Amino acid sequence: MPDATILPFSDDGSRARRSLSSVPMPEATPAPDPADYVEPDFEALSQGQPTGSGALAQVNDVVADWLDFLRRRVTGDYVVDDFGFDAELTDRVLLGAMRPVYDSWFRVEARGLENVPAEGGALIVANHSGTIAFDALMTQLALHDHHPAHRNLRMLGADLVFQTPFLGEFARKAGHTLACNPDAERLLADGELVGVWPEGFKGIGKPFRERYKLQRFGRGGFVGTALRTRTPIIPVSIVGAEETYPNLGNIKPLARLFNLPYFPVTPIFPWLGPLGLIPLPSKWIIEFGEPIHTDEYAPGSADDPMLVFNLSDQVRESIQQNLYRILTERDSVWK
Amino acid sequence: MSRVVLVTGVSRHLGSRMARILSYDPQISRVIGVDVVPPREDIGGVEFIRADIRNPVISKVLSSTGADTVVHMGVISTPVQAGGRAAMKEINVMGTMQLLAACQRAESVRHLVVKSTASIYGSGPKDPAMFTEDTQPRSLPQSGWAKDSVEVESYVRAFARRRPDVGVTTLRFANFLGPKADTPMSAYFALPIVPTVLGHDARLQFIHEDDGLEVIRLATVDGHVGTLNVAGDGVLMLSQAIRLAGKASIAVPGPMVGLVGGWVRQSGISDFSAEQIRFLTYGRVLDTTRLHERLGFTPRFTTAEAFADFVQHRGLHYAISAERVESIERGLARALGTATKVEAQIASTLRVADHA
Repeated sequence: MPDATILPFSDDGSRARRSLSSVPMPEATPAPDPADYVEPDFEALSQGQPTGSGALAQVNDVVADWLDFLRRRVTGDYVVDDFGFDAELTDRVLLGAMRPVYDSWFRVEARGLENVPAEGGALIVANHSGTIAFDALMTQLALHDHHPAHRNLRMLGADLVFQTPFLGEFARKAGHTLACNPDAERLLADGELVGVWPEGFKGIGKPFRERYKLQRFGRGGFVGTALRTRTPIIPVSIVGAEETYPNLGNIKPLARLFNLPYFPVTPIFPWLGPLGLIPLPSKWIIEFGEPIHTDEYAPGSADDPMLVFNLSDQVRESIQQNLYRILTERDSVWK
Repeated sequence: MSRVVLVTGVSRHLGSRMARILSYDPQISRVIGVDVVPPREDIGGVEFIRADIRNPVISKVLSSTGADTVVHMGVISTPVQAGGRAAMKEINVMGTMQLLAACQRAESVRHLVVKSTASIYGSGPKDPAMFTEDTQPRSLPQSGWAKDSVEVESYVRAFARRRPDVGVTTLRFANFLGPKADTPMSAYFALPIVPTVLGHDARLQFIHEDDGLEVIRLATVDGHVGTLNVAGDGVLMLSQAIRLAGKASIAVPGPMVGLVGGWVRQSGISDFSAEQIRFLTYGRVLDTTRLHERLGFTPRFTTAEAFADFVQHRGLHYAISAERVESIERGLARALGTATKVEAQIASTLRVADHA
């Protein structure tokens, strides 16, 4: 057996175990008492160490891991946090499904991850584009898999997300919550990494001719939240997402009919039916910029609208400048 | 100081248990239980007075006993308990109005404790993930128990304005669960097949009946004043709770939920009001910081433990037992040749369960 087939498995296995240990389980498995086990192998096994050597043992470990996961799913033996974040399900299933897309389809290059703190609250602010929020998912995956501290990104979403069947359920389970001050402040105060896309639907649903032009940044509520919780703002520039679904037009009557913010027309959607939903394989770059610190401002400065507007502009400018720079650096949309 | 406490709603399980618990307290000399019908359970040293809080007789009871504390537990949560929605509203809203009117006249009353419910926050997609006591709800409940409770709380606030010398405690409880309490949620989980809303998974919180009664006792004895959220720590997803109980469930598409709710309601097994359906769609989580910090109380049962205790004592019908799942896993593992590791994992899970 060539080594190349073994490596992905062992990588997957260790990732799964790591996420398990990060789940805040009050009744974490106690260290096994050797006296309870007759077979010496069990002790090592329950600590997650592979027994045998070679590819077969690795495969067995992965299979056993998944069986264990499925059994605990079926019997309800897992923990979600107050927001409904299901860390294990997110890691294994939701992000698991996105990993091939991240690695092979968009070939995402995550830059500047060192600008994201290893612990404590921080506000990730990024440009929004691409008709479907793949950019948000890819950013979440970049921080979870490629940041040394494997941070979970907790995003703030529109209420439309949470009232839509399935979408709302998945968003909650993936750790996201409604874009409102109490939730954002609670997450940041708990030391979580919070993601906002201040352009909202204006950004993600904008026509292709306006690609990489930042839209208005809402009311800048995210700046107030960062000031109140004294957490840094990290501007993030995402290049590549604009080309996944070039949005050529918006059929407003259909959008109204389906109660959607927009109904996009791309070169292949809706002409190719469900096939038109396949994103074009653009090459992505996600760059995490220099943090903008908010702890040097006096307490109560969140109530100074001029400061809030200025900071909001500063974040917006920083993202826009980085976008232009990355665009000039990139040779081709596709590689 | 020897105190006289009047408890309403003692004919039902929680009310009678509360009255009994208070009667053991050394600081309290008399406990008077009031209800329309005599309690089914033994209420020990509690004096029972058969009185309807919906008519002015309650005023005479208050003045003749000289009660200094009134614990209002007479708000009922399901029409099944009251014998119809109209009777339920009558008991909840008119009953509270009469009781508060009587309290306003009674000079002896110094403290009022009201058992309210977190359902007054409603539930919806536009609400923050957690409700603090000061959160302004986005979707006020339109029906049933929750709407009654919103009205009850507004009368209680009006009473507090008119009698500023009376300390008022409002306790907003998550759903009670436990070995005995009959609540909308206990009836829901007892359904043979549990209906859920397709595409939604609600976040749920429970308070174990022992903890809930302890909070009412603390509020009554220590005289804490204000509004408090009360819930067990942690959250269970509705799907997770159904799996923990080993129940079979059926996901009903949104537009048909009202219809199914109607059938369940008509069958009389469980109250399935529009408000309950919203709750089972969007869920509700309380911030209980104030309970921990101001009352200094941490519920002994977390949400998950309260649910486990409920499942265990009610002997809910197990369609899918943990043992069966394990045996299937063993079979799969043998077929795939990973039996040893799987055995170890099952063994470690059982050990966790034993420790809990």
